[in-house]
Amino acid sequence: MNSYSVREVAAITGIGELKPTRDPGGKRALELMAEAARLALLDAGLEKRDIDGILIAPPMEFLGMMMLPSYVGEYLGIRPSYANVVDLGGASAAGMVARAAAAIAIGQCRNVLCLTGEAVSPELMTRLIGTFRWSPEEASFEQPYGPMGVNSAYAMAAMRHIHEFGTRPEDLAKIAVEQRKNAQKNPEAIFHGKPITIEDVLKSRLVVDPLHLLEIVMPVSGAAAVIVSDRSVAQRASKAPAWILGAGEAYSHAVISQVGNITTTPVARSAEHAFRMSGVTRRQIDLVSVYDCYTIMVLLTLEDAGFCDKGQGGAFVAEHDLSYQGDFPVNTHGGQLSFGQAGLAGGTSHITEAVRQIRGEAAERQLKNCDLVFVNGNGGVMSEEVSLVLGGGQ
Amino acid sequence: MNLERPLPELSGVGAPFWQAARQHRLVAPKCKQCGKVLFYPRAICPFDWNSDLEWVELSGQGLIYTYTVVRQPAHPAFAERVPYVLALIELAEGIRIMSNVVAPLEAIQIGMPVAVRFEDVDEEVSLPFFVPE
Repeated sequence: MNSYSVREVAAITGIGELKPTRDPGGKRALELMAEAARLALLDAGLEKRDIDGILIAPPMEFLGMMMLPSYVGEYLGIRPSYANVVDLGGASAAGMVARAAAAIAIGQCRNVLCLTGEAVSPELMTRLIGTFRWSPEEASFEQPYGPMGVNSAYAMAAMRHIHEFGTRPEDLAKIAVEQRKNAQKNPEAIFHGKPITIEDVLKSRLVVDPLHLLEIVMPVSGAAAVIVSDRSVAQRASKAPAWILGAGEAYSHAVISQVGNITTTPVARSAEHAFRMSGVTRRQIDLVSVYDCYTIMVLLTLEDAGFCDKGQGGAFVAEHDLSYQGDFPVNTHGGQLSFGQAGLAGGTSHITEAVRQIRGEAAERQLKNCDLVFVNGNGGVMSEEVSLVLGGGQ
Repeated sequence: MNLERPLPELSGVGAPFWQAARQHRLVAPKCKQCGKVLFYPRAICPFDWNSDLEWVELSGQGLIYTYTVVRQPAHPAFAERVPYVLALIELAEGIRIMSNVVAPLEAIQIGMPVAVRFEDVDEEVSLPFFVPE
């Protein structure tokens, strides 16, 4: 394991997030991302000229295009000294924060804008056919057998977990239910005003066994931005900074047939590194804000990040209340399952919520004490993992 | 949108796999240095980066490592097939491949022994699938 550290080198000083929507109203992802950037800058109390770094996770409309960071920088009218694309799927958002901190640590820049967003529309989908390509290996050795996008990979992980450990469908369903409860206190969530029960989840359509419709994230449009700043900026920031205390990354495969053990994700490595860097223990964590493209991913993350033993995720979920009122709060914004997944901005939602909770800005769903947050970003088919420990420094 | 079933690229480093499949034989590359069978086919062995590989015949026997039942296809070519079983098969030679298992849904279980069969999809392509032993 490597020994680099970005502990307290940088902090998140600004967040901007658009309300997820089913209809982007003809807007492009870049237009939504620009709005999120404006909101993040306002939130940080910084001037546009202060932004000297830019990281972007490319939305689908950028497929086939090149030299994207300078395109986005040009569009926004900034001339940074640090720019890059972060291409880690759902882990991109957390990966951008870790990379921003590393760039700040070596003095390459002081304020890094990390941008994500997506605008889904029938026109975009039509254009993507003919642009999007599978890798030749996936095209030849997986696609002829009819996988259901990435859904079937997570379904196969859930099947194996049920087989090995006796995990119950109702335990997986409880994750979706309690995150939905959280979303009832988040007016920005796409499923605000629509509470569900375990029975609702288990009676929703079985899409890809054992996953029901209400256990699968819904694609929406939206955008989110965070600004990562160096110590001196963070200490003068208008709002309480969310310090980056720990970061860890782990990668293992690209297609699901190349997975090693399908019930243990690389979170086991990324979380261990993030916790070790932070000096924070699992017991000290006040909020778990982790990637939830499917209910099974939350369960696997709780196990692999060390909040419970391998195989005990089902029992752990059954024993704890994961809501904002509970003894083990998870994804208080509703998670992507209830907040909505605006492409790679879905991963950012776990970070913006961490910042809100640390600042005490989470309104009706605010936790009584929230100083330390564990964040995880997960990409592809449990193949890219970036873990963060964020803290308010109390 | 292309309504045809996605089919493999028959040329390139994986060509011997598809030539053998056409003859209803299952083959895979084996590293001459470390002796491990590897899959999918590559130009180098992912275990020791040796590029001296040979193709070997596989038994076609394996176990279901995990599976799912796809009830809503992502591609229109599979619309007529739902519900169907997508599985990762752990072959006796130690490699895993994705394939379909064709059997009554209630009969399928993780850990179940399966054996390869081949479907002749068109004049050029045969795809492996598995049935319970």
